[in-house]
Formats: sequence, structure tokens, C-alpha cells
Amino acid sequence: MQGAIDVFGALRAIGHRFVANIDGPLFSIALVILSIGLATLFSASSGFPGRVTGQVINIAVALTVMWLMAQIPPQTLMRFAVPVYLLGVILLVGVALFGEIVNGARRWLHIGVTRIQPSEIMKIAMPLMLAWFFQRREGFVSWREWIAAALILAVPVLLIAKQPDLGTAVLVAAAGFYVIFLAGLSWKIMIGLAILGGVSLPVLWSMLHDYQRRRVLTLLDPTTDPLGAGYHIIQSTIAVGSGGLTGKGWLEGTQTHLEFIPERTTDFIFAVYSEEFGLLGNATLLVLYLLLIWRGMVIAANAPTLFSRLLAGAIVMTFFTYAFVNMGMVSGILPVVGVPLPLISYGGTALVTLFTGIGILMSIHQHRKLVPT
Amino acid sequence: MSRTQFSDASSDVRRFHWRLAIAGVAVFAAFSVLFGRFFYLQVVQHDYYQTKAEDNRITVVPVAPNRGIISDRNGVVLARNDAAYTLEISPGRVADLEGTIDGLAAVVDIQPKDRKRFKRLLDESKGADSLPIRTRLTDEEVARFAAQAFRFPGVEIRARLFRQYPQGKVASHALGYIGRINDKDLERLEAEGTLAQYKGSQHMGKVGIEQSYERELHGSPGFAQVEIDAGGRALRTLSSTPPVSGNNLVLTLDTKLQEVAERAFGDRRGALVAIEPATGGVLAFVSVPTFDPNLFVDGIDPTSWQALNEDPDRPLNNRALTGAYPPGSTFKPFMAMAGLELGKRSPDYTIQDPGSFGLPGVSHRWRDWKAGGHGAVNLHKSIVISCDTYYYGLGNDLGVDAIHSFVGQFGFGQRTGIDIEGEKPGLLPSQKWKWDRYKQKWYAGDTISISIGQGYNLATPLQLAFATAILANNGVVYKPHIVRYVEDSRTGERRAVEPQPVRTVKLTPKWVELVKNAMVDVTRPGGTAARAGAGAGYQFGGKTGTAQVVAMKQGEKYDEKRVAERHRDHALFIAYAPAENPKIAVGILVENGGHGGSAAAPIARQVFDYFLLGKLPDRPAATSADDDDD
Repeated sequence: MQGAIDVFGALRAIGHRFVANIDGPLFSIALVILSIGLATLFSASSGFPGRVTGQVINIAVALTVMWLMAQIPPQTLMRFAVPVYLLGVILLVGVALFGEIVNGARRWLHIGVTRIQPSEIMKIAMPLMLAWFFQRREGFVSWREWIAAALILAVPVLLIAKQPDLGTAVLVAAAGFYVIFLAGLSWKIMIGLAILGGVSLPVLWSMLHDYQRRRVLTLLDPTTDPLGAGYHIIQSTIAVGSGGLTGKGWLEGTQTHLEFIPERTTDFIFAVYSEEFGLLGNATLLVLYLLLIWRGMVIAANAPTLFSRLLAGAIVMTFFTYAFVNMGMVSGILPVVGVPLPLISYGGTALVTLFTGIGILMSIHQHRKLVPT
Repeated sequence: MSRTQFSDASSDVRRFHWRLAIAGVAVFAAFSVLFGRFFYLQVVQHDYYQTKAEDNRITVVPVAPNRGIISDRNGVVLARNDAAYTLEISPGRVADLEGTIDGLAAVVDIQPKDRKRFKRLLDESKGADSLPIRTRLTDEEVARFAAQAFRFPGVEIRARLFRQYPQGKVASHALGYIGRINDKDLERLEAEGTLAQYKGSQHMGKVGIEQSYERELHGSPGFAQVEIDAGGRALRTLSSTPPVSGNNLVLTLDTKLQEVAERAFGDRRGALVAIEPATGGVLAFVSVPTFDPNLFVDGIDPTSWQALNEDPDRPLNNRALTGAYPPGSTFKPFMAMAGLELGKRSPDYTIQDPGSFGLPGVSHRWRDWKAGGHGAVNLHKSIVISCDTYYYGLGNDLGVDAIHSFVGQFGFGQRTGIDIEGEKPGLLPSQKWKWDRYKQKWYAGDTISISIGQGYNLATPLQLAFATAILANNGVVYKPHIVRYVEDSRTGERRAVEPQPVRTVKLTPKWVELVKNAMVDVTRPGGTAARAGAGAGYQFGGKTGTAQVVAMKQGEKYDEKRVAERHRDHALFIAYAPAENPKIAVGILVENGGHGGSAAAPIARQVFDYFLLGKLPDRPAATSADDDDD
């Protein structure tokens, strides 16, 4: 009897240790969204058997990564900020020089047996690096620091945009911008930059690749190319619109099951969800994302160091950016850029990146009282 | 740590919280925009997108009707429909046709001739939604393709009904064939206003009965609402209106008789039409050589087409319907009727035949086929031995216009109106015709040649049979027709075709009797078709004829053996049987057959033997020269 109780106690203690760093609210919300994602994927993948099991494996890997990240204290993370960032930049340069071209874009780098997409590393490395940068200069941020920060931001973003991978470039730039914004970049500079951006739009336009321009143009009027570039937007908009208030029901989406929706397990999975679950489903998903972001913001607000505050804030805002850009693109108010719907789109890389971020948030939350400023 | 730093840090935290709050508001605002967009699409514009999605999903597909079945008077099926699988490509949905066909060739057997045919179909019908690259796939090929179908968007297996002509080459000139609807056909259907009937149809009648009874045979299409996927593949039928099948045709044709007649020609070229005098029903409609109509159904491949088209024997030529030949001496019975009815000749009127005929003031002399002549010849004998000189004088006495108007009553020089399209009218000349045609006046000498069925005279084998049938029927004219009745596909109700006599040629019975008796004697000892008539066991009337292919110079003697086969005379024979109560009348032409009595009359005998006695010949009709004739 006594021995048994001891065993249970030991197990409980081990279990407690195991989940100690896992943030309950954040994890629960993520699990709910993941479940919705799996159900939607099951419907969307009628033509791709094995996608659901593949995604379950992806989730398992991503949760493991999350757990590991949750164990690493923010100070340790801080030590990795510069090396990871530099490694990322070196790899991006490597991609630019030796990268493998897939679908007209140079995104992949072969390393021994596997190939990696270094731009993905930057999604975490960028806020990590900038947060580290501002932490180092705590309290003394002059215009020189802002320019240095802008350079830290610009170099990888331009390398990624050059590949070209507009979607990832936007996400990495956003992640970096959120750190700078939260660090307190003056409104004057931001407004000045906005004006400068508006003025330089024509210049940017001339720098865009043909396919990127086409995407922007077909966004403005998809009907000009109904079978070509506009097809994605037209069909996904029809899917969303025909979903109506309550949707056509799970597994009942005609746009989905008759294969009118392109890339319906990855970037356009929201069209599937939206068609089958309607406006009520969409509202539910928006609320779930809001809850996730809210919890992340609470963690950021309570974080003990500038580094962890900035990092947590930027990670949360990156989640928001993923969700907003993807849903905006599928419903036809943003250009088609390759951004997956967080926690729902099929794909291991995005999941690992997202759960790395969630793991970091959990770590920040768990270690908030352990480290005095 | 110093106090200043701490307060700095606390102001940092305040600023951070302030900034985070702004970010939170931005997030909420952005999500509100998204919600607004969703509300707009899913509530405000829902009906519009709902319709769009339905339009995407549902397409109305026409369902082609089953074509009517054609069978002969005894129920022998001549044209039917067979279900088979085809592999079809939608050219509009395939970017790289060549590449796709190469890919398909690895899955199913695709021969060079299939590719050629596909190309030809593609050229002929640019607007077609789907064209066959392979027809009649085996079950194994269907299974193999089905497993690979995802690799070939725009390529589909379809179950189609194919026209099949189970009797093959038999009666193909009467039946004709169907072929794929090409751009020209579409234009014509559009002009006729019947294009709607052809939604979903890919074939239509091109030649023969298949063409002339297209309206009956085709039927009306049905429609199905079908759910399709983004690749355009049909997934399931939501609702449907079934098509109305085309009506069936029952012919007057007797397939067995047709076969006997076709075989009787052996390897010769020619034509035969057999008509039932009492109804005008066509019992046999032969033009040899024939062809296999099955070749045309899926679009004939260029190799077979070339072979048929360049064959010197012209198997695609419908000689019975469109071959116009000088009727030669088969014209004489009708001339004799004209002489009697118009009072220019009496039965007793007798000439002394010197072997040639001259006109006052004309140096040319028209020779009889028999050098030295036939001696004393009256009307009866003129038919039995086919005396030319008798008719030279008769023609001269009648004059061309009298011949034209009297003999024209037997259908010469005009279309018979048979229910097969493309009939040639032949030619029965008149003074007016020559003036209209050549701006020349008619010479008395022109009439002389006309009198023995030469000169400008031209008649189709169908016209010969028709004229013979009218004579056999004592002047009562039934329009020739090959369809006995049309059977409604829904009610089974039968609509007879042309059951009533259309007109009557006014003939005096005793003159008819006289001419018919002479025609019977043609097939008896002493007549020009005596050999063909020997031992028949029934009496039949006939008249031999020979039509010159190459004109002979004055004083030249025709030597059959020296003349190249293609320059030999055409052999003709008209006949009816049995003599006392004619059940069948035939017109026969054997191209370059030589003499009517030896080459054409034996064919009539085999046809009669089978038709009247059920006797099947053991070999093609004899063609060796034996009888004397014209």
C-alpha cells in the first residue's frame, strides 16, 4: 500500500515536472485550433489519403519542439540570439549563391542528406535578434540604434524577398517590425517611413517580379484572368460566399470536394473551412485566434525583461499576421502570398515554427518570477 | 542596479504596455475587417456565390438518342447499335495534344492510323467538345486507363452506341452509312433549324437510306443534370429527361435476294435494281463492287479511304442510282409501245431489213448489228431478235418529240423519286433540250440513234427497272421506294411508305399484250436471251441491250476480243417474271460485260430463280459468250 502510494506520488511528481512549463490556457486554445484543423484537413484531403496522418505526425514533432522550447529559460535563448541570427543570414546568402530552384524560386539549401529553407529560421531568429539588440541597449536608444535595428531587419528580409518569397519576407519583416514598434520607435519616424513608403511604391512596383505584379493586379480585379492567376481568388471567394451563415456542413462543401479549390490542404484550407462551416465557423475561428493572441499578450505584458517582453510581443503579433494575411487572401482582400493558416494548414515546417514560438511564450511565462530584472 | 536605471526600466514597461495595447487594438480592428468581409460574402452576397457554386458544380448534358434500327422485309437486321467504349480527348482542355496522345499510347494501344484519323477529325470539327482517339476499347484497356486517368485531364472513357452493319458489304449502296458530324453538317443543320436535335449526337447519316431517312432514324436528345468536378469529370446524375429513340425502318429489300444478286455479278462491275411492280417496293438494290459501311462509322482512317477512293473499280460509286448509261436495245420495247399507241405501226407492218438504214440526202448509213440484216421483220420479231433497222424507221416516223413525250411516261429522263438521295435523272432528249443545251437544232439523224437507245439517251439502272416495272404492271406507276414502313419507336405504330399508285400510263391492253409476248419470246429459243431463259420452269419477259462505250467509225467492225476490257460494250438486260403475273422487274447493267444476252441476262435468271423458286445458284452467272444478240 505504502509502496504503491509512493509510486503514484512519484509518477505524479514526474508528471508535474513534465507539464510544469506548459501554459494551460495557451496549450488548450492551440489544441482546439489544431483539432479544427485536422477535421478540415480530413475534408479537404479526400483526394490525398495520408494527409491527415501526416499532419498528426507533424503535430507530434511540433509539440515535442514546443515542450523543449518551454524548458529553455529566456536567458539561455538570449545567448543563442546572435549565433542563430548570423547562421540564418549565412544560410540565406548560401541560398542566394547555391540554392536549389523549385517552382521558379530559389528557396531551398541542400545540407548533406536533407534540404532546408533558411528563411523559415528567420521567422524566429529575427525577433530573437532584435529583442536581444534592444535588451543590450536598455534605456539608451538613440537614432544610431534605430538605424542598426533597421539594418538587422533589412538584410535578411531583402535576401528572402530576392529568392523570391514574398510571403515569408512579409512575415519576417513584420516580426522584426513588431519588435522595433514595441521597443518604442517614435511615431514621427513611423509616420515619416509610411510617407516614404507611399512615395516609393512605384519604385517597389518596378522591382516586383512579374508573377507578383500579376497577383496584385488580379487581386484588384480577379475576373481579368478567371482561368489563370485569378482562378485561385475567384474559386476561394465563391467557396467562402457559398458557405453562407452556417456553412454546407462538414464533408459537404461542393467547391472542396469537386476540387474547384486549389491548394485546398495548404494555403487555401480556410476556403474549405469557410465553405463547410460558414460565417458562424469563421467567427468561432476568429475568436479562437483572438484568445490565443490575448493569452500571448498577457504573457508579454507580464514578462520580466525587455528581451522577453519584446520577443513574446513579436511572436504573438506574428501569429496574428499569419492568420490575418491568410484569411484576407482567401477571402479576396489581400494579395495571394504564400502564407499558411496557423495551426490549420497542412505542413510540418510552419507547425514547427509556430510551436517553437508557443514554446518560447510558455518558457517566458514560466520563468517570469525566477529572474529579477 | 541604480535607481535611475530602475525608473527607466519602469517607464520602459509602461511604454511597452502602451504599445502592446495599441497592437491589441490593431489586431481587433483587423479581425473586425475580416469579419466584415466574411459577413459581406456569406450573408449579403450569399445568393450570388451560392449560384456561382451551383454553376460550377452542375452542368446540363445532352443525352444522344438511340438511332433507329434498319431491317429488311424478312426481319433481317441491316443496321443496329452496339455499345462500346471509346477513349475521347477534349481538345479544348488539353494543352499538349501530341504529348497527351504519346502518354495514352503507353496505356492503351494507339496505332498510327488512330492518330491520323484523330487529326482528320480535329481538322473537320474544330468546335467539337470531344473526339475519339481510340474506339472499341477492350475491357482490359478500359481498366488500364481508369487506373491512370488522373494523369490525363481532358481525356475520358465514354460508353457510346456504335452503328453496326451486321451484313457488312451487302446492300451497302442502299443502306449508306453514318459518319461523324462535321462543320459542314453543322452549318446545314443550323440552316434547317434542326441543330437542337443534334445536341449530344456525334453521328448522322451521310449516304443512302441512313441519309434520306435521317429525320426518322435520329430521334430526339434527352438531357441530364450532371454534377461535375473542377476537371470537368461527370460524377453523378442529379436528374434526367430520357432521349426519344429514332424510329425503326423496315425495308422492302430482301437481303437474301440482294446477296444472290450481288454474287451473280462475280468479279464484274455493274448494277441491278429489282422492283416489285405491284407496289414499287425495291427488292434488291445492287451496285458492285460494294464497300463495308462499318469503316465509315468512327470516321474512316485515311489509308482505307485512299484505298476505296483510288480503286479503279470505284466501289464508292453508286451505279444503280447515279450511273447514267445509254439504255441501248432495252429501249426498244418502249419504242414499240410508242409506235403502236401513236398509230405509227400495226402488228402486221413488216419491213425488209437490208442490214442498214439511210435517210434521204444523208450519206451516212445506220447499220444493223447483224451484217446483211434480218430479212422480213415485224414488230414482234423486231423485239425478239432486236432488229435495229426496224427502229431506225420507226424513230424517224415518230420524231424525237413524240418519243420524248411518250417514252418519258415510263420515267426516262427524270428522277424516279426513290427514297434515296442523290439520284441522277438520266437523259431523254428532245428538240428543246438540244437547243437549250447546245444551241443547236435537232437533226433527223439524231433521232435515228435515239431509236435504239443510243445517242444522247442515258438511263440509270434504277430507271430501267422502274420503266420495266411500269410495263409489267400494264402502265400503273408506283413510285419506287425502299422503305416499306417506319416503325414508331415509342408506340410501335407502323407508317407505310407510298402505298398508292401515283399515276397510270394510258396503254391499250392488246398492244401491251403484244409487246410483252415478244419480250417473253426474247427468253425462248430464237430470242436474244434464249440461253438465259432455257429450262427456267417459269416464263419471263426480257429485253437485252448493249451500250457502246467507244464510238465505232463508219465501216469498222466491232471485235470484242480485240477491244481492251475497259472499252468493251456495257451489257444490259431488263426483265420481269413471271410473265403472266409479274412479281419482280429488274434492270441490269454489267459494265464492259459485252453482250446483254450473255453477260446480263444470266444474272436476271439467277435472281428470278431464287426469288420465284428459292433456288440458290452454285456459281456466279455465266459470262461466256453464247447467244447471238443485237
